[in-house]
Amino acid sequence: MKYLYLIFSSLKRKKLRTGLTILSIMVAFILFGYLTAIRQAFDAGVEVAGADRLIVRHKVSLIQLLPQSYEEKMERIDGVDNAVHSTWFGGIYQEPRNFFAQMPIMPEELFDMYPEYVISDEHKAAWLENRAGALVGRGLVDRFGWKLGDRIPINATIWTKKDGGRTWEFDLVAIYDGAEKGTDTSQFFFRYDFFDETRAMGEGLVGWYTVRVADPDRAAEVAAAIDVEFANSATETKTEPEGAFIQGFANQIGNIGFIIMSIMSAVFFIILLVAGNTMAYTVRERTNELAVLKAIGFTDRGVLGLVLGESLAITLVGGLLGLGLAWGLVSMGDPTSGSFPVFYFPAGDMFVGLALIVAMAFVAGIIPAMQAQRLQIADALRR
Amino acid sequence: MTELNTDNSLVRVSGVDKVFKRGSEEIHVLGGLDLEIPNGEFLALMGPSGSGKSTLLNLVGGLDRPSEGTVEVGGKRIDKLSERRLAAWRARHVGLVFQFYNLMPVLSAQKNVELPLLLTRLSASERKKRAAIALDIVGLSHRAGHYPRQLSGGEQQRTGIARAIVTDPTLLLCDEPTGDLDRKAGDEILDLLQALNKEQGKTIIMVTHDIHAAARATRTLYLNKGQLSTSPVD
Repeated sequence: MKYLYLIFSSLKRKKLRTGLTILSIMVAFILFGYLTAIRQAFDAGVEVAGADRLIVRHKVSLIQLLPQSYEEKMERIDGVDNAVHSTWFGGIYQEPRNFFAQMPIMPEELFDMYPEYVISDEHKAAWLENRAGALVGRGLVDRFGWKLGDRIPINATIWTKKDGGRTWEFDLVAIYDGAEKGTDTSQFFFRYDFFDETRAMGEGLVGWYTVRVADPDRAAEVAAAIDVEFANSATETKTEPEGAFIQGFANQIGNIGFIIMSIMSAVFFIILLVAGNTMAYTVRERTNELAVLKAIGFTDRGVLGLVLGESLAITLVGGLLGLGLAWGLVSMGDPTSGSFPVFYFPAGDMFVGLALIVAMAFVAGIIPAMQAQRLQIADALRR
Repeated sequence: MTELNTDNSLVRVSGVDKVFKRGSEEIHVLGGLDLEIPNGEFLALMGPSGSGKSTLLNLVGGLDRPSEGTVEVGGKRIDKLSERRLAAWRARHVGLVFQFYNLMPVLSAQKNVELPLLLTRLSASERKKRAAIALDIVGLSHRAGHYPRQLSGGEQQRTGIARAIVTDPTLLLCDEPTGDLDRKAGDEILDLLQALNKEQGKTIIMVTHDIHAAARATRTLYLNKGQLSTSPVD
């Protein structure tokens, strides 16, 4: 502790240079926080996906529909505990940029299949009573400032109504919250029976099934059994774990994790050069002072520690400012107005950030610190 | 760290050679040099540039090691100490005063003087107290909060002396302490060194080019071509 003022005093020597270095490090860590939140947005569904849940879709593609009658057949397969179907509605609320997922679903089965959706008994009862009722996630409600009792018009892009109309109107009767931070609360559910009776086409067809297996250890075996059940039928299936399904969905954009890691690696490499350059100059300019410190009794290791301490101080100030600002900016919410329903800076990644700060301090400072450690007093005093 | 044995000679340099290598060339700065300095002496070392004065000072202060021979201070062979032990020895027993002061520009006079005390186990308040005493001895109490750039050359050198004496070392090594000062400021520094020698019994070795400064010492030795003599060599 007694050396702290010595370390921080040294940082005041070239205020502009120190300030610019700290600023560079800060920007790098803001980027780290933001990119981490974006990666989290893509991974969120995968992380909360149940290990005991499978997704069954048409073998050809996700947009091909499956018969609703498959549900009963699936539930008869050994190892299947429950099967629930969903369908992509793909409607627009007011304007296309207001994107969010809307899905007709069997209300009684929803909460059994998705325990991560938390809803009060009162809201549940209200939804079961209202055929045109909608169950909406808290995040979506907050995003549009909706409240219970609101009538929400959704303009269909796929599912026209039997009367030829495209505008479907739903009553907001229930709101769900997420049991975990990563739970998607940006979804809009409505009742399948209302949807099936009102749509002009596709009666009795659904988008995909979510299947819960009784024993997660048998998930692969059950998935194979489901696909065998419907093999050689008009609508063959492809069954995979829910996590893999969501990951595959995200990977349509690209390998997000790899892209983000590449960007972060490039940024940190450049910042490492900046910080390393600053430390190298710091030592070179102070050869004489460091020699004096040694002359009055500081050991070689002591001088090494001082230089590393300065490196740590610079990266710590910049890094903590960056992480703090990143946390603040990410806390302001999804910057894309809906594309990232789950957008937050995970606490675990905050610790990764702290570890990166220490690592950066060490790598940037170790070579100049070793040069300072090896200084010969008599030689250095003559310079 | 044990106290130095000051019963006989405080410093004993025996048969010391110092060779510097510059590329393939070897430069012999000191050759078979012997020197004894009694405790409490104020020794002036004179000689032309490049004669090895500062090199000898560095060897006695444990800032460098001889190529051959031995250096004993207070009965202890310092040329055989490890780097870590030698650093601790310097911190405890040697005070250094430099021609160009070598103060930390980002630290106040008070903090500069406290620097050697960081290596001790003294509390912050005790360090502050001792630094204040050292600054008082050199007559700079009123400038304790000033930074080196706010001090005159003489005041900076007095701060340097305060830093050198704050740990109460046995030996003060001064490398041209008045070399960067005008006559008046130089005289004040010499007065101070004399007082430290006479009143506090500090053993002082002072390298200087200035006959006027050397006259303040109790003994003057001349170094030329790596050899010591009691009279200047033409």
